[in-house]
Amino acid sequence: MLVYIAKRLAVAVPTLMLLIIISFLLMHAAPGGPFTQERQLPAQVLANLEAKYGLDQPLWKQLASYVWGIIAHFDFGPSFIYKDRTVNEIVAQGFPVTLYYGFLSFLVAVFVGVSLGIAAAIRHNTWLDYLAVGVSIGAQVLPNFVMAPILLLTFTYWLRWLPGGGWEGGQWQYVIMPVIALSTSFMASIARITRASMLEVLTSNHIRTARAKGLPERKVIMRHALKPALLPVLSYLGPAFVTMITGSVVVDFFFSTGGIGKSFVDSALNRDYAVMLGITILVGSLTILFNLVVDILYAWIDPKIRY
Amino acid sequence: MVVDTVDMKGLSDRLAATEVKGRSLWADARRRFIRNKAAVAGVIVLVAIALLSIFGDALAVWTNEEIDFNVIGQAAQLGYPSIENGHYFGTDDLGRDLYSRTLQGTRISLMVGIVGSFIAVIVGTLYGAISGYVGGRTDQIMMRIVDILLAIPFMFVIILLLVMFGRSIFLLFLGIGLLSWLNMARIVRGQTLSLKHKEYVEAAQATGVAGFVIVLRHIVPNLLGIVAVYATLLVPEMILTESFISFLGLGVQEPLTSLGALISEGAKTILYGTIWQLAYPLAFFVLTLFAFFFVGDGLRDALDPKDR
Amino acid sequence: MMNKLLLTTALTVCLALPSVAATVAEGDKLAENQEYTYWLLDAIKSMDPQINTDVEGSGVLRALFEGLYDEDQVGNLVPGVATGYELSDDKTTYTFHLRDNAKWSNGDPVTANDFVYAWKRLADPKTASEYAWYMELMQVVNAAKIIAGEMPVDDLGIKAVDDHTFEVKIEAPLPYFPQMLTHASTFPVNQKVIEQFGDKWTEAGNLVGNGAYVLKEHILGEKVVMERNPLYWDDEHTVITKATALTINDNSAALTRYLAGELDRVDIPAGQYPSLKEQYPDQAVSVPQSCSYIYMFNLDEAKGPAALKDVRVRKALSYAIDRDIIVDKILQGGQAPSYNWTHAATAGFEMPDIDYSHWTQEERNTKAKELLAEAGYGPDNPLKLTLNYNTSENHKKIAIAVQQFWKGVGVEMTPNNMEWKVHTDKMQNQDFEVARYAWCGDYNEASTYLDLFTSYSGHNNGKFFNDRYDAIMKESKTSANPAPLYKEAEQILAENMPFAPIYQYTKVEMIKPDMRGMSTHNLMQNWYIKDMYRVAN
Repeated sequence: MLVYIAKRLAVAVPTLMLLIIISFLLMHAAPGGPFTQERQLPAQVLANLEAKYGLDQPLWKQLASYVWGIIAHFDFGPSFIYKDRTVNEIVAQGFPVTLYYGFLSFLVAVFVGVSLGIAAAIRHNTWLDYLAVGVSIGAQVLPNFVMAPILLLTFTYWLRWLPGGGWEGGQWQYVIMPVIALSTSFMASIARITRASMLEVLTSNHIRTARAKGLPERKVIMRHALKPALLPVLSYLGPAFVTMITGSVVVDFFFSTGGIGKSFVDSALNRDYAVMLGITILVGSLTILFNLVVDILYAWIDPKIRY
Repeated sequence: MVVDTVDMKGLSDRLAATEVKGRSLWADARRRFIRNKAAVAGVIVLVAIALLSIFGDALAVWTNEEIDFNVIGQAAQLGYPSIENGHYFGTDDLGRDLYSRTLQGTRISLMVGIVGSFIAVIVGTLYGAISGYVGGRTDQIMMRIVDILLAIPFMFVIILLLVMFGRSIFLLFLGIGLLSWLNMARIVRGQTLSLKHKEYVEAAQATGVAGFVIVLRHIVPNLLGIVAVYATLLVPEMILTESFISFLGLGVQEPLTSLGALISEGAKTILYGTIWQLAYPLAFFVLTLFAFFFVGDGLRDALDPKDR
Repeated sequence: MMNKLLLTTALTVCLALPSVAATVAEGDKLAENQEYTYWLLDAIKSMDPQINTDVEGSGVLRALFEGLYDEDQVGNLVPGVATGYELSDDKTTYTFHLRDNAKWSNGDPVTANDFVYAWKRLADPKTASEYAWYMELMQVVNAAKIIAGEMPVDDLGIKAVDDHTFEVKIEAPLPYFPQMLTHASTFPVNQKVIEQFGDKWTEAGNLVGNGAYVLKEHILGEKVVMERNPLYWDDEHTVITKATALTINDNSAALTRYLAGELDRVDIPAGQYPSLKEQYPDQAVSVPQSCSYIYMFNLDEAKGPAALKDVRVRKALSYAIDRDIIVDKILQGGQAPSYNWTHAATAGFEMPDIDYSHWTQEERNTKAKELLAEAGYGPDNPLKLTLNYNTSENHKKIAIAVQQFWKGVGVEMTPNNMEWKVHTDKMQNQDFEVARYAWCGDYNEASTYLDLFTSYSGHNNGKFFNDRYDAIMKESKTSANPAPLYKEAEQILAENMPFAPIYQYTKVEMIKPDMRGMSTHNLMQNWYIKDMYRVAN
């Protein structure tokens, strides 16, 4: 197991390198730079700026010194647009926010989704099942950029129950709408997957045996059916994580939460090279880490799998 | 961008096991599919939407780019759906006909979905089949590459691509297609591994048929079932991805539109009393995705007979 | 849209007016709650006066810092740190007298040395300020050479005669020089604090300013919170106790939150002004703003399309645009249809008589078709063009409408949407055919617009060259009465049509009815939170 983890982490290094190089080249190939403005800067001012940020160096040198800065000092460089902040500061401010509402959304999605899925499976082919399937497919196909303005209109404008945005250090009333907007489609997917796999497990031999032994249905489900039924859910979580980060763009956009999703899109639009690379690396590393954790959990739950 | 891969693996194992039965599998599958009401309804809805989006323009009074100068500027008061002035679905803020825009947007969205998953399927199938068939070191390296690519947040790369090189439908297809072939490749490789040792493949090898020909003639055709299921489930994911890109303002060029772009515009203006701008495109969007999901699920269940 | 540099010229120079900070109008009863919350489309990029480049940032800086002069509600100069100045006979040396009761928020006195430090810092190549050229625009002696790195920064033509006397030498007489001093990049900064904290000096807690407010919190993408500065010299006339700026990226979401009572001031999205005005007549406001919106034609020798080199084609394209539909049906915020370049409300500007502005749209369309036919374009040989515009709901709507207008006269136009940086880059490299463009005045005088189309301007992206035009603009610099020259310049533009004028901006906003002192009639939209207050109902 440890060897396996070590191997996986070893692959992570070239993966991140590749990611850095792709993003770096894409960025520099793009028309316009961080200092391209409607009011064209005088050549001398532009030269001063480029000298200050090292953009006058050859590309490979910029890349090398960027990577070296990360390895040697864990320094991701300065922002070219938010000039009084460094990338580390921008990430340190935005990432906890994204992590907080992301994690909550995750919990909500898993908890509600699994419960709904199990309920639907147990009451297979009843109105509850149909309702759960209908709701979950509906929720799955409703994009969060549609949901967010509807939530805003309902809870902020009509009902006046919740503030329409901001973060305020994560007070509950500011977290509710972001979590609903972000978690719904995952909740729906998880419900569908749980239902399908639960149905399959419930017809398998070892459940029949358990039932034959006269165990109460509740115990059969909790003790014997739940664990194998959750395996597909688990493998869904890895990729879902990345999709969630993407979804955080929408949350930041509508609810002014100040997370890194919006920062990423802005940095790409503004050619804020260092910020964009920094966030890409962060998300890439998290993806790798998260996939690893999911695989380990998988092995732990399903003893048939050996690495 | 998530199709339930574990389930797909189960399906792929079963298909590999039952391959010997040949035709009867497909006949059985068809029978089971037809019995599945939701799936059949999905097919009907899809056909209807496809037909409407292709031929519905014949009923349109306005083209998708014409501005109705009687309505422009008063969309909230005059742009409501009406048979009389020919705006069956109402108009957008510029007084453009939503009926023809919705149809045209549906065409683009369907195209993005279908072409995108087509690219994913072609690349994924070939890559997976070759990797699985050749095996050994090549297989290991090819799969390592897939692992590496899987860890790259591709949505980020697509955003970068579109931001950097301007929007084009071609890039969109390419980007979305390339986003999703990786899982396909893994699944196909898995199934290829089990097909490889079937008698007919070994027989072909013994008679000296070239490896590439074996892959194309004997391996790929036996992958069709799983590929079809995967592709059907990919289409709605693609359409969802496109809608997100449209939301970011990086989608297709005006005056063309897509369902995603229409929805995103409609959602931003719900405050102003023009609910039809969201309702009609959203209805098409939701129906299309529903139908694809049902058909995909139906196909899977039909090919993989378990009580679900 | 971004990076607008706005400042005002009031053509009357007021030397010793009393300060107007929140002069509560007679009969107004102050409300108990004096907190003010307003909208920002984007996060503030920098709180450093010499680094900031955008309008939203300048708004915050005007609260945290104070320059030599401020502006009143309509844009006239009022004393800030300076109480008055003397101008030498050759009109190139300004001697400013600074008030002795101005203090930094850490208690230090504000002295002439703080201005010397800040201005040198702006010009210093080491600072790499994107607004360094502002020192050049002000014509401060040696500024250009210092920015170019050819001269040490200490040679800048400014000095502190004593703690309360600040002297500036400029290269040539510049009538609107005092008006340029309200711009944020000329605000003083505290050397001690900058040296102590380095790049971190603008963080809340570190930042020391001399304005009426101090920075409490600055969370990127969420909000900026400012509280009243008790050490500000005119604190007793300041009313608003706390100002909060909320970043909301979506204008509609911001409007929703305004209507839910979370904001006191927000922009109105295009097309919504009439219905909001009807519903909230006391809150919806539309006032002129000094910006002009055009479609620029590429006349570049090598890269411009051949068709656009024919003035008949350019005129036809301009005539065929129905500006009334654009302002009345699309934007709907009281914007003015535009047939010239300079914003009509610009101080001292006299609108020339431009022929096609009086025609009906049918007449224009007929004329356009004739001109196109003369130039050899018709149904058999339609003119094909692409229009570049950057991502924005309004630009998109206008582009689509113009496509339809041009279609009406037989021109096939393909709108080509690109994101901001790409659009700008292509314009600056003459890689376009027709491109959306907008210019906002740097100061309230016509030359801020007209200089752009001189052959020596750095912003003449369409490469329109006209010797007579250059000569007129040069002459205007030393003329006692430049108005007739500006008129002639506009005529040359109308005859040559290097761009199609479209509309002139208004600022269209919702403002809570109990807010006062919002400076809405300041053409440059420079407002000061210290001038605002809320009244009790």
